[in-house]
Amino acid sequence: MNKQMIPLAIFSALVIFLAIGLTLDPKEVPSPLIGKPAANFKLQKLYSDEAFSPNELRGEPWILNIWASWCVSCRQEHTLLVDLAKEHPVTIVGLNYKDTPSEAKAWLQELGNPYQVTVQDPNGQAGIDWGVYGVPETFVMDREGIIRYKFTGPLTKKRIKETLLPLLSELKDNKIQVK
Amino acid sequence: MKIHYLLRSILFSFLAFTALMHTANASIETYPFETAQQEKDYNVLIDELRCLVCQNQNLADSNAELAQDLRKQVHTMLVTEKKDKDSVVKFMVERYGDFVLYNPPVKSQTLLLWAGPFIFLLLGIWFLMRIVKQSNSIQPTKNENAEHSASKSE
Repeated sequence: MNKQMIPLAIFSALVIFLAIGLTLDPKEVPSPLIGKPAANFKLQKLYSDEAFSPNELRGEPWILNIWASWCVSCRQEHTLLVDLAKEHPVTIVGLNYKDTPSEAKAWLQELGNPYQVTVQDPNGQAGIDWGVYGVPETFVMDREGIIRYKFTGPLTKKRIKETLLPLLSELKDNKIQVK
Repeated sequence: MKIHYLLRSILFSFLAFTALMHTANASIETYPFETAQQEKDYNVLIDELRCLVCQNQNLADSNAELAQDLRKQVHTMLVTEKKDKDSVVKFMVERYGDFVLYNPPVKSQTLLLWAGPFIFLLLGIWFLMRIVKQSNSIQPTKNENAEHSASKSE
């Protein structure tokens, strides 16, 4: 009796492991950058000839959203970003990844511009420094410029409500943290 | 008549195949190297590093844009910046994590990954030994196992 149960037990264990495996998203690779200072860049702004560097944002939490006009799921999340920018006073920087200025501008014209600053990364070099592998990606930085969270893939209402907004209010309240 | 058709279809599929081969080759870019060591390092690295977009391919096999960019990055670091292999690997791991390595280091996090196959090997050996023992004991030559084999055959 006991012996006959062994294959069944092994099979059930296998089913449980495979079932857990199915619920995981293999695209969600844990970023080694969380808890580390945000990679610096100095890139040209989309709407002017000046350069922008994240160092200018020290002292306030901010969001970096990496997007491109050729990216289909960026379109999905973009309306949510526009709403977020309207409803919550938070600095959102757009990193226009491997795109052309004219297409990027047309896209923002059509869908709205939630970004305080948009910078261009035409050859994806800043993308590599930020460990970008699938646009859209969204990083959240604290007052000291430390990366606190990374969203891979499009933001959803659920992700914004359950993760992003609580994190932002926590980072805003945390005034003592400034060195 | 039939043979004629057969020959034609063989010829056609051969042509189609070579055409495909050609495009597959054309998509991977060639870079100039200064030393043989650099070229060797480059080939080892693009073979060892994973493309994160198409996760079951390495940089050498993938045509994804990110793979092209990372191949370029590897080449720049080796040839232009004269970095060694380890610093390229470190650069990638700092940005993309251990996942980028097809040959990940042994750590507490990756211990199961490394030890797993051996655990299964040991389990397999254990099972095999049990089966061999049991089938030996079924043979009626051994008296002390007679009772056991009787219950087994039920």
